[in-house]
Amino acid sequence: MTESNAPLLEVRDLHAYYGKSHILHGVNFYVGKGEVVSLLGRNGTGRSTTLKAIMGLVPPKSGKILLNGRNLAEARTYAICRAGIGYIPEEREVFSNLTVDENLRMGQQSSHDGAPEWTIEQMFEYFPNLKERRKTKAGNLSGGEQQMLTICRSLLGNPKVLLIDEPTEGLAPKNVAAVEEATHDINRRGVSIVLVEQKLAIALKVSTRVCVMGHGQIVFEGTPEELAGNTKILKEWLAV
Amino acid sequence: MEYFTISLFNGVVYGLLLFMVSAGLTLIFGMMGVLNFAHASFYMVGAYLAYSLQKIFGFWPAIVLAALLVGILGMVVEAFFLRRVHRYGHAHELLLTFGLAFIIAELVKLFYGNYPLNYRVPDALNFAAFQVFGTDYPVYRLLMGGISIGMFILIYLLLTRTRVGIVVRSAIYRPRMAEALGHNVPLVFMGVFGVGAALAGLAGAVAGAFYTTNPNMALELGVIVFVVVVVGGLGSLEGAMLASLLIGLISSFAVGIDLSLIDFFGLFGAREWAESVGGVLALKISSLSATIPFALMLLILLVRPSGLMGEKS
Ligand SMILES: Nc1ncnc2c1ncn2[C@@H]1O[C@H](COP(=O)(O)OP(=O)(O)OP(=O)(O)O)[C@@H](O)[C@H]1O
Ligand SMILES: [Mg+2]
Repeated sequence: MTESNAPLLEVRDLHAYYGKSHILHGVNFYVGKGEVVSLLGRNGTGRSTTLKAIMGLVPPKSGKILLNGRNLAEARTYAICRAGIGYIPEEREVFSNLTVDENLRMGQQSSHDGAPEWTIEQMFEYFPNLKERRKTKAGNLSGGEQQMLTICRSLLGNPKVLLIDEPTEGLAPKNVAAVEEATHDINRRGVSIVLVEQKLAIALKVSTRVCVMGHGQIVFEGTPEELAGNTKILKEWLAV
Repeated sequence: MEYFTISLFNGVVYGLLLFMVSAGLTLIFGMMGVLNFAHASFYMVGAYLAYSLQKIFGFWPAIVLAALLVGILGMVVEAFFLRRVHRYGHAHELLLTFGLAFIIAELVKLFYGNYPLNYRVPDALNFAAFQVFGTDYPVYRLLMGGISIGMFILIYLLLTRTRVGIVVRSAIYRPRMAEALGHNVPLVFMGVFGVGAALAGLAGAVAGAFYTTNPNMALELGVIVFVVVVVGGLGSLEGAMLASLLIGLISSFAVGIDLSLIDFFGLFGAREWAESVGGVLALKISSLSATIPFALMLLILLVRPSGLMGEKS
């Protein structure tokens, strides 16, 4: 594979630990430009840890994280963000003590070579609720609004790849639809996405490819159709 | 009335000075989760540096320079000492700042001697601003108050109106998320530490000339500032402001009140009995003035452990 058609983001043989417990046992996957890749798997298989390791929030013990061929495995977290990787954590982590506006300004970063650029006004088009509440402290938002805020906040960093951890978890159906819609549109405008999603139906619908994780490794990789037709994998690694 | 007005002015000015030192301490606590025992040492270093530098550069340039140098010292302490022991936990950080406070005090004694310095307000600034009930009120006190208020406004605007301020407030609250949004949080922390130290240094440089400059000043002020930060609520800037003024006023008023419990009982016609009992009842408030802040701290800890403006956690 030459540099020019190398994947945008590639994770190679990634190992990570929490203290002494070995969580990631050599994770391998890649994300091409314009793709949505979902990480599926049962609870506790290391999907969130994979995203954290990519961001340097859990330091990788070994392995490579290549963004456009540049290894970020030893970079500082802020440098990884500035290189073009956005991160939306499972716990949302809004800055409760700051207003919605200030949270959004926290996310703003200058654009990186060729990544799509976003404005606060565009964010308000996706989620008009936020516009009405821009002077509100983020801690007073509903769970759904907080989720929208974290998506916008990370998007304003103009990422090439966005890592999203269970964005629809615990949301009302109306908000699930809004978040799904926004995710789809963000991708259409050129941002590649790594999505950790619990709901198989959503993952199959929005992804270009899916990876199934088990015991800290990728145990299946293929198109949504391939996964839907593979009862063995579904049964062994995804059935509850 | 004269007593009241003068005590009020003095109390406010002293409170504002306390704020300059406690602001940094409380911000740094919010950031690191550790009380920096060496913080008041920055105050002392500010006074000593200003004393030495004014001989070369004159009074005001020396004060500015002293504050800047102490700011740099603070950044060095954060980047090369505290950050290294951070991963071993809070106990190590605490011990480190404790040790640092001792080292600084000993170094000061080594270079300047173990006695008060002759650091004075320059004659040009040593005149009365106005008269209160026939007594001259020193202009320098007003200057100290003005500088503190100026610093408070500056920090407040910086924290609320600028992007740097937003980053600082976020980083204090959720450092890892702030970093994941592309902000160099270690650098931000070093900056906050530096600014906090510089403020303490500025306070020392300004106040050292008016009060006293001696090797114990760090310890003496450190204890009061600690009380201020606890009373105001650890990590709360507004709380530090409120508590500083409160304690400034209490200290200033208490010194001049010669009442005791005997006078209190006297109100109910039991003066003679109270005088015969003596002991605790005869203690004058003025002689207790140094302990009142601690009593206040104890009271606050009992009824509102998070402090006046602290978060309820
Ligand atoms: N901070 C932590 N310290 C120690 N162990 C952790 C920590 N966070 C997660 N783990 C453990 O690491 C493993 C993987 O966790 P991870 O959060 O990556 O799972 P996941 O696939 O995202 O699942 P889910 O989000 O559904 O819980 C789990 O066994 C979990 O118990
Ligand atoms: Mg998870």
